[in-house]
Amino acid sequence: MYKNFAEVKSALTSGVSVLEITESYLKRIEEYKNLNAFLEVFTDSVRENALRVDEKIKAGNAGRLAGMVIGVKDNICYKGHKVSASSKILEGFESLYTATALERLLNEDAIVIGRLNCDEFAMGSSNENSAFGPVRNPLNTNTVPGGSSGGSAAAVAANLCTISLGSDTGGSIRQPASFTGTYGIKPTYGRISRYGLIAYASSFDQIGAFTNTLEDNALVTEIMSGKDPMDSTSTSREVGSFALTPTDEKKRIAYIQEAYEMEGMQPEVKERMDEVIATLKADGHIVEPVSFPYLDYMVPTYYVLSTAEASSNLSRFDGVHYGYRAKNAVGVEATYKKSRSEGFGPEVQRRIMAGTFVLSNEFYEAYYSKGQKVRRVLQTKTKAIFADFDFVLTPTTPATAFELNAVNDPIQMYLQDIFTVHANLTGNPAISLPYGKSNDGMPFGLQLMSAPFTEKALYDFSAYLETKFQLN
Amino acid sequence: MENTREKYEVVIGLEVHAQMLTKTKAYSNDVNEFGAHPNTNVSVVSLGHPGTLPVMNKKTIENAIKLGLACHSNIASNQYFARKNYFYPDLPKGYQITQDKTPICTGGHLVVKDDLGNYKNVGITRIHMEEDAGKSIHDVDVYDTLVDLNRAGVPLLEIVSEPDIRSSQEAYNYVAEVRKLVRYLDICDGNMEEGSLRCDANISVRLVGTIEFGTKVEVKNMNSIRNVQRAIEFEITRQIEVVENGGEVSQETRGFDALKGITISMRSKEAANDYRYFPEPDLQPLFVDQPQIDAIKNDMPALPRELYLKYTEEFGLSEYDATNLVDNKYIALYFEDVLLHTKQIKTAANLLMGEVKSYLNQQAVEITEFPLKPNVIAELVNLIEAGKVSYSIASSKVFPALFEFTDKSVLEVATILNVIQDSDEDSIANYVKQVIESNTTEVQRYVAGEKQLVGFLMGQLMKVSQGKADPKQANPMLRKILDELS
Repeated sequence: MYKNFAEVKSALTSGVSVLEITESYLKRIEEYKNLNAFLEVFTDSVRENALRVDEKIKAGNAGRLAGMVIGVKDNICYKGHKVSASSKILEGFESLYTATALERLLNEDAIVIGRLNCDEFAMGSSNENSAFGPVRNPLNTNTVPGGSSGGSAAAVAANLCTISLGSDTGGSIRQPASFTGTYGIKPTYGRISRYGLIAYASSFDQIGAFTNTLEDNALVTEIMSGKDPMDSTSTSREVGSFALTPTDEKKRIAYIQEAYEMEGMQPEVKERMDEVIATLKADGHIVEPVSFPYLDYMVPTYYVLSTAEASSNLSRFDGVHYGYRAKNAVGVEATYKKSRSEGFGPEVQRRIMAGTFVLSNEFYEAYYSKGQKVRRVLQTKTKAIFADFDFVLTPTTPATAFELNAVNDPIQMYLQDIFTVHANLTGNPAISLPYGKSNDGMPFGLQLMSAPFTEKALYDFSAYLETKFQLN
Repeated sequence: MENTREKYEVVIGLEVHAQMLTKTKAYSNDVNEFGAHPNTNVSVVSLGHPGTLPVMNKKTIENAIKLGLACHSNIASNQYFARKNYFYPDLPKGYQITQDKTPICTGGHLVVKDDLGNYKNVGITRIHMEEDAGKSIHDVDVYDTLVDLNRAGVPLLEIVSEPDIRSSQEAYNYVAEVRKLVRYLDICDGNMEEGSLRCDANISVRLVGTIEFGTKVEVKNMNSIRNVQRAIEFEITRQIEVVENGGEVSQETRGFDALKGITISMRSKEAANDYRYFPEPDLQPLFVDQPQIDAIKNDMPALPRELYLKYTEEFGLSEYDATNLVDNKYIALYFEDVLLHTKQIKTAANLLMGEVKSYLNQQAVEITEFPLKPNVIAELVNLIEAGKVSYSIASSKVFPALFEFTDKSVLEVATILNVIQDSDEDSIANYVKQVIESNTTEVQRYVAGEKQLVGFLMGQLMKVSQGKADPKQANPMLRKILDELS
């Protein structure tokens, strides 16, 4: 079993081949089939690629990620392989190209072992919305791994691959990271190319990594970052090295008063938060509460804007060009209606309808336009916080993983995102660090958010926290 | 009917779509060309595959600004793109990327001739950038509609006019003007038959003197400028008939059937789509600054209207000549090039509109394929003006020979042809002497007062000189001698 890339590399040094490492992962995937983390294991291509990397290692020209075996969320395109966004509507669809972020990892000789289950079109917070069944949390299989990148979180937590890729639109990486005790980052909007990521909400989506160590997280995020000519929203800002350099520099840290006082937070989460604050203060950092009285507006704003974009982004799945087409549909209108009604699951349909509604001529001003205004206010206010502070600290989730089928009300499910949507609405980077366990042993995460394009500082301070709290 | 017609005022606004002549598509690197095999100019972006994203083709912005400047429009400094959402099999993304609330150009006008031949301004509401859809082909396969996505993503400029057009002839003139302009600016080839220039017309009628507009009908599918005129003409008659018979024109979209020459209802306005426009999140907002606009302005070719005014007002050419010269961009450019080598504007214009144009017609070639360079034509013009050859000899003898003696100068060709005019004072005096001696009767009559006989005597002189005497010199000399005899 290989828990992280350091273990993989030391195995390589002691003479273990990439193929052998791959075989051990394949075996473990088989053993953990009950998790339903993988939708498809690329048994053939991963072996071929392992052999190819072994050759490169022998020749002495292997890339920085030689030996790394990665799992990819089923909404990231990989040339010549199926991709379905965990939806029936993409039945049989195979991608003709590779997402830029993944391509950059492949260029450094990472290899892909398979595609990972997720909520359909990344819409969900429990991974129960997949057309291919829910994923189970490896730490307690009665609970969910979180969502929408549930398969990616579970696969890393269960050591079914070295690292995995997910996507985060409202918390889809950080919430599952919190539920599975893994590291998960949502980089700054524009930091990593979205080309090849099946769009849910274009102005929110970012690709990010799940890892078992901070070091691995920084490494793959660095490699994936940077301008991509295929994505106009990716930035040409310099990336630099994300390699961890812990400092004892004193930082200014804010915690959000309203989040801290939120009702219904699990007692252990709150206690641990108090502990962290006290320790940081004792260590000489400035830790202060800031009032950010917009908590109640964030989730509604997020759902208005993200569903609006989704309703348009998902128009292309129409049963005409590729993927699922309803049988016995006569005429183009019926083909659309039947294919989409049969191909999309209930949550996706709900969001398409909500998004269509908020963009309709009659309600555009009342919903979409207002949502845009609230988003701008949030961006301004958040910028103001980062003028005075280096980091904003919150729990990633108010509680630990819940049981399967426990949350049936969509609105209750949407509140899973209460602490995470902030970073997607404003574009800031945010990371979830495993930092505590409840009395029944389930993990929960600490979310650290920083100013746009300060991933390096985010990683360095996380490294400091890790030493301070001995998180691992 | 004619009297009935006069009771009504016609109100027309036109929407013209011009496909841009860019190498690649609006938001991808796919090739933009007409006539390729179906579905060959397509990558995952044109196909709308999951995960693909648009990337702005900068050339389209430049084209939009050029056209905006040519129409005297305001260029927006700050704009964003929008998605227009609707389902159609030739629209693979399920939305079209366009501009909604922030078009790149607003306001401005085009100068167009009205029915009386007077020039009027037709206002421009807006010009914006968007992408074309693919093509649905209904008549190739018996059972299925076929979709060709080569056109999907081809950049378009949509030019929306104010409802300032008052007749089908004005509409014709307006579209012709737009076409001339986009051709001058190299934005679009203006080919309506191939669909690279398309026009929709909004037409309504109202009683003369009424302030409110009548109910407007949108007419589509007019694949030539002539058909725009025919469709509008039909529609005007139809609408007036409806109103005259006590009916109401219903708001709808109609298509033009070119074979029957009629418009046919396609859909009523109640069935109108809600396009759910919203800002395109995959593209960054676009900023255009003044230096960029200035750079484009400095790079722009002379425009037909400017040239027309120059030719008529500055050069003193007739309206007819000026119109003909600017009608085709390449003829105008050729003319401009000729003028770089000669100052004889009128002679150059005559030669171009005369011999050169008839050569082009006979050979059925464009001026761009014309074998003689502008400096050669200028040389011929200069030879005429220098009195070395007469205009008629130049056009009938020298001009055709230039195509054979391509390695010789025009003067050398004229010399070989032995048509160089005699400008030598002594020899011209000699010709005059010969004419007077051998036409004594006519000379007598001239002296007696029949002054018009100078023409005949001049003709005799040219005959004697075998056409080589320079008439500009010979004519005054002949008159002088004759008048001395009187």
